[in-house]
Formats: sequence, structure tokens, C-alpha cells
Amino acid sequence: MRSRIREIVVKELRQALREPRMRALLFFPPVLQLVIFGFAVNLDVNNARIAWFDGDRTPASRELRERFEGSGYFTVLAMPRRDREVRDLLDHGDVQAVVQILPGFARDVDRGRASVQVLVDGTNSNTASLIASYANQIVTSFSQRATQARLDRKLGTSVPTNILPVNTASRVWFNPELRSRTYFVPGVIVNIVMLVTVMLTAMAIVREKEIGTMEQLMVTPIRPVELIIGKTVPFAGIGVVNMIMITLAALLVFQIPFRGSALLLLASTLLFLLTTLGLGLFISTVSHTQQQAMMSTFFLFLPALMLSGFAFPIQNMPAPVQWLTYLIPARYFMEIVRGIFLKGTGFAVLWPAMLALAVLGTVILSLSVMRFHKRLD
Amino acid sequence: MAIIRTENLTRRFGERTAVDGLTLEVEKGEVFGLLGPDGAGKTTTLRMLCGLLDASAGAAWVADYNAAENADAVKDRIGYMAQRFGLYGDLTVEENMHFYSDLFGITGAERVRLMAQYLEMTRMEPFRNRPAAKLSGGMKQKLALMCTLLHKPQVLFLDEPTNGVDPVSRRDFWTILYQLVEGGMTVFVTTAYLDEAERCDRVALMNQGRLIRSGTPDQLKSSLDEVCYEVKCADPRAVRERLQTQAGVLSVEPAGAALHMFLAPDVPVEPLRSLAGAGCSFERITPSLEDVFIALIRKEEQSAGKRG
Repeated sequence: MRSRIREIVVKELRQALREPRMRALLFFPPVLQLVIFGFAVNLDVNNARIAWFDGDRTPASRELRERFEGSGYFTVLAMPRRDREVRDLLDHGDVQAVVQILPGFARDVDRGRASVQVLVDGTNSNTASLIASYANQIVTSFSQRATQARLDRKLGTSVPTNILPVNTASRVWFNPELRSRTYFVPGVIVNIVMLVTVMLTAMAIVREKEIGTMEQLMVTPIRPVELIIGKTVPFAGIGVVNMIMITLAALLVFQIPFRGSALLLLASTLLFLLTTLGLGLFISTVSHTQQQAMMSTFFLFLPALMLSGFAFPIQNMPAPVQWLTYLIPARYFMEIVRGIFLKGTGFAVLWPAMLALAVLGTVILSLSVMRFHKRLD
Repeated sequence: MAIIRTENLTRRFGERTAVDGLTLEVEKGEVFGLLGPDGAGKTTTLRMLCGLLDASAGAAWVADYNAAENADAVKDRIGYMAQRFGLYGDLTVEENMHFYSDLFGITGAERVRLMAQYLEMTRMEPFRNRPAAKLSGGMKQKLALMCTLLHKPQVLFLDEPTNGVDPVSRRDFWTILYQLVEGGMTVFVTTAYLDEAERCDRVALMNQGRLIRSGTPDQLKSSLDEVCYEVKCADPRAVRERLQTQAGVLSVEPAGAALHMFLAPDVPVEPLRSLAGAGCSFERITPSLEDVFIALIRKEEQSAGKRG
């Protein structure tokens, strides 16, 4: 039995690694994807393009503009004079926000009741809220300074006062610079490993059906379990190698912190591969052609991606959808990978997620093995 | 002693009955041909015998084991070469053979000996390092055959093995099969080629899932009640039309430049001779397997038409 499994593994690896092109295809694209997606998944706002509508044109309004430009968050691209120009700029997407200063701004500042209008393009709600909050910060600090100046003038001397008596002293743990990329890149790793292993497994088995070797294998003494192990072990191996390569790429290219245990990550990867290989096997039992297998893979991959918590926090989903996510293996692996990379979390915290992966993997694999008859119908 | 036996073997796919109450026996050491047009149910029969498909009714025994209940025992004793034998195109001739040897647990000196023997028998030795995808059709068949022989099966099942293979390779292939039978193997082959059926010890004719008749090719040829004439004339088409409508004429089929005419027994041929005209020659012939095949299928369909 062992030699039969070994021969299938050897054959599978031989086929997969024979051609230099195939070899390159197995390992190069995952790394390339990680690098490209890693650069793409970035929600931080730097240099937001804004237009500056100055109806006042006083030293005070100019000072506010300099504060915006000096903050590093904003670049003033246009100085419109008319309302129609403001509309055009937003409509065309030339700018992401418009700051409007009304005539009499400097006078109102002196009286302590000025207002600045910030029009934000809300098409992308995430960027919009970041821009609004940055603008708010700048205006607040401007207004703080203006109040101080007003007080100084009234008292005739400079007494530093704390105008806002309570301050929030937030310290951010795990991702102090709040780089969104640090949060997303570990998730990209999960997605790539999932896609590659599910697809490879499904395709490898369906290909045997297509070229007719499956019928031939069925009349040999090989048992279904041996065939399944022989077909999945090589892809587990390729999955682990891929995981290591893209993890290294993430660490080197994006300087993502890695605070946890590499061994724990490896163990969790193996558990996760149990579920993806099981899924690939399952797809292969319901598909007759490689095209069908490809379609099924994508049908299953998309919900797995959306519900894994990769981009959308699970806590924000309605309860029924949250229950659904418990069935998604990627959800648990996402939690584990982020925990190990960013927080350095250990087994004591991550074991429930690992257990969930083990249970899901066993269930999916058993289901597939049961469906995988040594019969043609 | 029968090494293959089926009893009322039936397989339905939904509404359609692919194999309908098939009962037959194959003796050890025979070359047995299952002959029939496409869609007759030959492949389905073969798959049931190999334990790849379950029967809807009836049963089959191969080498004393029930093909459905003891599928694994059957599989250890048979070789099965599917219509489109799955070879791994990106593996070489030798790698394909090693792979199947391992699956069948053939190791060590035994493997070396068998591989050398088969490579020599099939004259494939020079191509041992060529990827299977780059072999000709005939060589692919030989490689497939070698792979099914590695575990020295008692019964060899071949599903239209020489489909799409050139005549020379076909003859080669049959030479190899005869060598195997000499060594004591039983060969069960399906085919749609009549010349190939002539090479079998015994033939069973199958049409629309049913067994029509079985026997040696000679038995089948003489089993026909009809009398067969070869008619040669200048204008076969016109003569055919004239003859076809006569009472007692069962059918007139073109055969090359001539016609083959089937008469019901005891129908006088003289009136037909004068009807056909002076330029025609009539010669009584022994029907070929093809004539028998066509005549039997015609009868079968006529009686089915009457029943329906």
C-alpha cells in the first residue's frame, strides 16, 4: 500500500515538475501575485487631491491653506473661483475634496464663530472618511491656535492655556503607524495559498478523468484512499513551499512584522491545507472537465474571500452572515495568520481556530472520500 | 470451464436500456469478440464485467468471482484496456510502465524481466525514453497493452483496441494477442470491424443492447437460413431497385461493384434472373460475416418493428 501511494506521489511530482515552464508556473506567480497585491491593498490616504475655494483671501485663510499643504496629507491642485468650477472638479474626479472658505472668514475667526466647509467625494466611503477626519484635525489645531491668539490679545500677555481640558492619549499596539498594508498582506497570503491548492488539486484529478487514465486506474488494485492520498500529498507539499516563499516575500518586500512562532504558523498551514485539499477533492468529484472544475473553484473562492474577514471585518456583519462565516476555513486561518504575524499570539489563544480548521478539514475530506467511488457512475 | 459468464446482465441509464438481458459464456483460452454497431452496448457490457459499473439486474462472473460483489478480486485477475486508454502523455514509455508496475505491486527482478520481455515482444525497445504523447497511434496501443499486462492477468478485456490504428499496426497488434493466447490468456475484445471479428475464435453479435447470436465465425456464416447470391451487372442501381420489390427477396445490398441479394429459403432464383436482364450474372456465395451481420440486424429490427 505504501509503495502504491509513493508511486502516485512520485508520478504526480514528476508530471508537475517535469517542464521548466510548469515548474516556474507553480512557484513564480504566487510570489508575483503577493508583491502586486501587496502594493495594491493599501487604504492609506497620502497626498489627497483637493481644491481650495478661497472666498476671503486674507492672511488667515492663507495660513489655513499652508497648514493643509504642510500636513503631508493634502495637495492643493486647483484654486477655483466660481461654484460651477467646484462642481466640475468633483464631477470629473479631478479632486477628492474641496475646501470652501467663505468671505469674512478672518473677521469671523476674530469673533470666534468662523466655519470652513469641506466637500468630500463620498464615492469611496473609506477614503472619504479618512479625508474628512484629516481635514478635521487640521482645522481643529488651527482653531486652537486662533483661540490662543485671541486670548493673548485680550490679556495683553501670553499665558499658555489648555483650551480643551481633556485629551485622548491613544497608543496603537501591533501596527503603530496604522499602515493598512500591514493588516492586509497576511490576508493576501491566505488567499493565494487557498486558491493555488484548491485549484491544483481539483485540476489534477479531473485531468485524469479527462484523459481517461482514471478509468484505467480504477481497474488497478489501487484503493480509493491510496489514490486520494497520493493525489493530495504532492499538492500539500507544493502548498507548504508556496506558503514559505510568499511569507518570505511579504517580510522582505513589505517589511511586515513577524512576531509569532514560525512553527505554529507551519502547523496551522498544514491544518488549513487539509481543508483546501479536501475542497479541491470535493470539486473534482462533482466536475467532469477541467473547465467545470475551474468554474466551481471560482464560485466557491469568491464567497470564501468575502466572508473570510480579509477586507470586511466579520464583527460588522449581520448575525446570520456571521454564522455563515463559521463554515469558511479561510476565516480561521486569517485570524491565525494575522495573530501570528502582527500580535505574536501563541497557541494558548489560537487553539480554538486551529481546532476549527482540523474539524472542518476532517469533515470536508471525509465527505470527498465518500463521494469518490471507484465506480464510473 | 467458462472463465467469463453473464446471466441476464442488464444495465439501464434512466429510461434507456443499454444492455438488455445479456447471457453468455466465454471459455478459458478463447479469443472472444463482441461485435456490434456503435451504441450497441459493448462498452457498457465490458465495464460491468470489469467491475467498473454496477448491473441494474443480472450478474457477471469473471475468473469465478462475482464482478459486482468481488470487484477487487476481479480487478487483480484481469487487464482492461479502455477505448481511449489513459496514458500519461508527459511521462515516457518506461515511466508509464514503471507507474503501472508499482500500482500492481510488480517489483524487482520480476519487473525488469517483464518489461524487457514486453518491450521486445512489441518491438518498442527503441522508444523506451520517448514521451507517450509523441508516439504514433499504433505504438500508443502497444504501450497501453504492455501496461495492462504487467500483472499477468488471466483475462484481457480490450475495448475497440484498434480503433483508428493503421492496418499494419493492427496486424502487429493481433500477432501479439495470439502470442498471449498461446500463453494461456483469455481475450475478450469488442469491435465494430468485421474483419477483426473474423480473427476471433467465437463471436457474439450485439444490437441495441441485446445479444442476437453467438458462435464461431463459420457457424454464424452457415447459420443463415437465407440464400445469398452475388449479382454482377452493368447498372447495379437499377437492378437493385427492380429486385428489391420482388416477393421472397429479403434485401439487396451493394457490395463493392456487385450486389449481394438475400432470398428467403425455397424461393426460385430463375424468375429473378430473367427480371434482372441478360447482362447480369448470378452466383450463389457463402455469405461473409458482414452479410450475416447485416442480415441478422435487419431481421432483429423487423421483428422489433412488428412487436412495437
